Amino acid sequence: MLAQFLIHPPIQLGPIGPELVLTGTAIVVLLGAAFNPRIGHSTLLLVSLLGLAGAALVSIGLWDWGGELTVLAGMVATDRFAVVARLILLGIAAMGLVYGYHYFRRSGEARAEFYPLVLFATAGMTLIAAAADLILVFLALEILSLSLYVLTGISARLSSVEGSMKYFLLGAFSSAFFLYGVAMAYGATGSTRLSAIAHALAGQTGSLGLALAAVAFLGIGFGFKVAAVPFHMWTPDVYQGAPTPVTAFMAAGTKVAAFAALIRVLETSFQPLTLDWTPLVWTIAAVTVVAGSLIAIAQTDIKRMLAYSSIAHAGFVLIALTAAGQDGISAALFYLLAYALMVLGAFGVVMLVSARGEGRTSLASYAGLYRRSRLLAGLLTLFLLSLAGIPPTAGFIAKVNVFRAAVAAGHWPLVLVGVLASVVAAFFYIRVMVLMYMQEPQDDAEPDRSPWPRVAVAVPAVLTLLFGVFPGIVLGVLDKAAILRW
Amino acid sequence: MLEAAPEMDWLDWILLVARVVVVFFAVLISVMLLIWMERKVAADMQTRMGPMRAGPRGVLITLADGIKLFFKEGITPTLADRPVYLLAPVIAMIPAFLAFAVIPFGTGVTLFGRHVPFQIADLNVGILWVLAMGSLMVYGIVLAGWSSGSNYPLLGSIRSTAQMISYEVGMGLALVAVLMYSGSLQMSQIVASQDRVWNAIPQFPAFAIYLIAGLAETNRPPFDLPEAETELVAGYFTEYSGIKFAMFYLGEYVNLVVVSSIAVTLFLGGWRGPHPSFVAWLWPLLWFIAKVVAVVYLYIWVRLTLPRIRYDRLMSFGWKFLIPIGLLWVLATGAVVVLPDVYGKGALLTGALIVVGAILVASLLWPLIAPRRQSAGETPQ
Amino acid sequence: MAPDQIVFWVFAPVSVGSAVAMLFQRNAIHAALFLIVNFFTLAVFYLVLGAPFLFAVQIIVYAGAIMVLFLFVIMLLGVDREESLVERLRGQRPLAIVLGLGLAAEIFVTARASLGLARGPANFDETVNVGGNAQALSHVLFRDYFLPFEVTSILLIVAAIAAMVLAQRRERTTVEAAGEAEV
Repeated sequence: MLAQFLIHPPIQLGPIGPELVLTGTAIVVLLGAAFNPRIGHSTLLLVSLLGLAGAALVSIGLWDWGGELTVLAGMVATDRFAVVARLILLGIAAMGLVYGYHYFRRSGEARAEFYPLVLFATAGMTLIAAAADLILVFLALEILSLSLYVLTGISARLSSVEGSMKYFLLGAFSSAFFLYGVAMAYGATGSTRLSAIAHALAGQTGSLGLALAAVAFLGIGFGFKVAAVPFHMWTPDVYQGAPTPVTAFMAAGTKVAAFAALIRVLETSFQPLTLDWTPLVWTIAAVTVVAGSLIAIAQTDIKRMLAYSSIAHAGFVLIALTAAGQDGISAALFYLLAYALMVLGAFGVVMLVSARGEGRTSLASYAGLYRRSRLLAGLLTLFLLSLAGIPPTAGFIAKVNVFRAAVAAGHWPLVLVGVLASVVAAFFYIRVMVLMYMQEPQDDAEPDRSPWPRVAVAVPAVLTLLFGVFPGIVLGVLDKAAILRW
Repeated sequence: MLEAAPEMDWLDWILLVARVVVVFFAVLISVMLLIWMERKVAADMQTRMGPMRAGPRGVLITLADGIKLFFKEGITPTLADRPVYLLAPVIAMIPAFLAFAVIPFGTGVTLFGRHVPFQIADLNVGILWVLAMGSLMVYGIVLAGWSSGSNYPLLGSIRSTAQMISYEVGMGLALVAVLMYSGSLQMSQIVASQDRVWNAIPQFPAFAIYLIAGLAETNRPPFDLPEAETELVAGYFTEYSGIKFAMFYLGEYVNLVVVSSIAVTLFLGGWRGPHPSFVAWLWPLLWFIAKVVAVVYLYIWVRLTLPRIRYDRLMSFGWKFLIPIGLLWVLATGAVVVLPDVYGKGALLTGALIVVGAILVASLLWPLIAPRRQSAGETPQ
Repeated sequence: MAPDQIVFWVFAPVSVGSAVAMLFQRNAIHAALFLIVNFFTLAVFYLVLGAPFLFAVQIIVYAGAIMVLFLFVIMLLGVDREESLVERLRGQRPLAIVLGLGLAAEIFVTARASLGLARGPANFDETVNVGGNAQALSHVLFRDYFLPFEVTSILLIVAAIAAMVLAQRRERTTVEAAGEAEV
């Protein structure tokens, strides 16, 4: 009887190597901190970063995977899309860890659990980027969400706890929608494998009502995660309440991971229904860019403003999705990469300006930043320009690519909406610059002057410029990665 | 199982009902004798006589107690939540009886040309049924404690819930090891798999974990914290009297019989034992009863020997010792079960299993033997 | 009527009744009790449908473990008093009822129209339960779904860390603050 169990399709662990490395590192860090409570956090940071580097190496090794399209009983995709998404996510995690190490050491809230939680969240994110089965997508989504709920509330501040609670409640709500969507997809097609769903739908002539309902419910679930309007309600409170490094990690990581999964789900399993879901994505994209940009104007807190800006950016990625196919995916990937860089950088500067804890996040605190620290003001200017989509930054190239893909797919009205929203958005980005350069400082609070965090914040700045001036160095890679294999 | 149901004719139904009735009364009688036995053994160990008046050597003492309780006035506290308060004793009692449904008491007998097994239902998920009933037994205690509308019962029931859930994990791990070793969830198959050697020998750590967890599950000393009279009056049933109290009492002892019967079935070869060939159906039954009595005696012995454990130590023992050991043992058992299929070293590995078991038992007993540390032991380790 | 149908018609009203009763209980403990009854009837349905393993697991995990913890929390937190049901935001409830009913109707219609585009074989029970229910389930769980199974364990680790972090927070931060002050 046992022989039955042992004769098994060979287990190919290679394609989930990055996740194995990540969870392994997380457990090592966790145990290390548990058995030696006096362990230095720099050691934990170092081990965690080594784990991320290892995972990145394993991911790169998967670039030329010559084996099957999906492994582990069709659960995990082995395409280059997964590789690229993983690499972006691992980079985000590294930045988040470095920020967090610095931030918590200064705020006196250092907790050893921060590192394993970030690593687990990253494992969830990278797994979601490669998941080829809706059940696995759901589980990975839960891993990353659960880690982020706790990371949001890891500080004892009331706003942090409040953000954590809101995130948890709405996140659980959205998970229910997602799960309902999975159930409907199963009901309609008899499988949760993305490829099997696609095959079942491709030959279908009867009513597709249930499959469409599945798309809608899955869309709501993803909509919550990427913070698309009208599922964005949690975003400002959570981004504002969470410790800034967590906000940076979450804002960049969740968006990349959730969009990676959304792209995979829409472009593989529901590819036969493209004509049906495109109007849906179209509408949400339009509403999201407009609402995100308009509400951001009214904000007086920089973290809230960046939160609404991140909502607007989710809309731009959705615009890329309306252009189905390789062009759209490539544009979306580049946009996500650029967005991750600029949002990491912007929140990094916010962290340094606050100096210690969350004291100074109101826009007024940025008045005259240029006099206090030319470097920080310059960096923030660069990131804001990139967020606004002004050359020569990566944000500009990203927007151009997205609009080009959408126009090529015939969605020029949507592009028009997007361009107008960008103009509106530029207003509040430039307002911050005006504050920084043209006003006198209102208090004599000093920003953080530690050297290493500044180096860390400079990394996304350099890359933002690099990809803005020479986008070709990544576009080629992204184009190769923009083909989903299933 | 229900799929087989359509083929049953009226005679089968009658036999099934008869088996249920017989088992029910057998359990009641066994509880009666068990309580008598406990009092007699206790008396013996304390060099006194114990109950002597009711029946020969006091054997009917439980009956007398029962009649007394039956005629006592039933009091419902004013603050009690009435429906739940009345329901709780029933809930405490029923799962204990239901658990007997899957225990094979013997081989069976041929009546009216049909084979009648000494087992009510040979479910193919027998072990899980036992676990399920065990987990339902908590409700009686929880609800009793809450519905009494009084503090001591509430505290007692909270303690008890925590304790039973914690030790249920350990017990579950012990059962998992057994079912892996036997390769079946079905009680009859597990008994059949012990034709050469009782599971208690190769699975000794599991057996030890099971016996300890069984103590905690039945709330018996030294794990009777939920009803520690020095702290909680009488724990969850403080507010109960008369027949409702009797039900709790009955449930608790039925539970003890269940735990012992399962120990016998899973670890001590069930009804197996050497016997002469005449009246072949009777001997397995006697073997089963003898083994159950032996296990029950062990439990009584433990109760009379060991003092009550402090609550935090109880929990830390369960979580930090019993469960990790159980997990390790499941791991080891898995290795031993699967590896021979790969490498074909069956006999060798059985030996290794026994060695590992001995080491684990030594570590299990070490805390009892080890000299106490100086630092008053405030940090449970 | 076949025995399984008898069982169904006995337990179905209990199941629906307990679910409805749960919704209308104001006392949290009573609601939890009705939920337990409901779980129990579901377990019986699993048994009738030829899934004895699910039956046992449903009782052990849901009725046995999770609901006991529910009761435990309700009792410890003392939330067994009646909840205030006054609306803070006006018009939420009628709106919720209308939208909820609309969604339910929509799902019902679409599901009816397109349910079962992929149909299982007629003798589903036998083909699925080859070699016994528990065995068949283990094949599915440890072959096709072994990665999700393992991933779930990571989810549980994260949940455990989460609980620890949130539970220890207050204590820890005061300790850290004291340490800061010394420095």
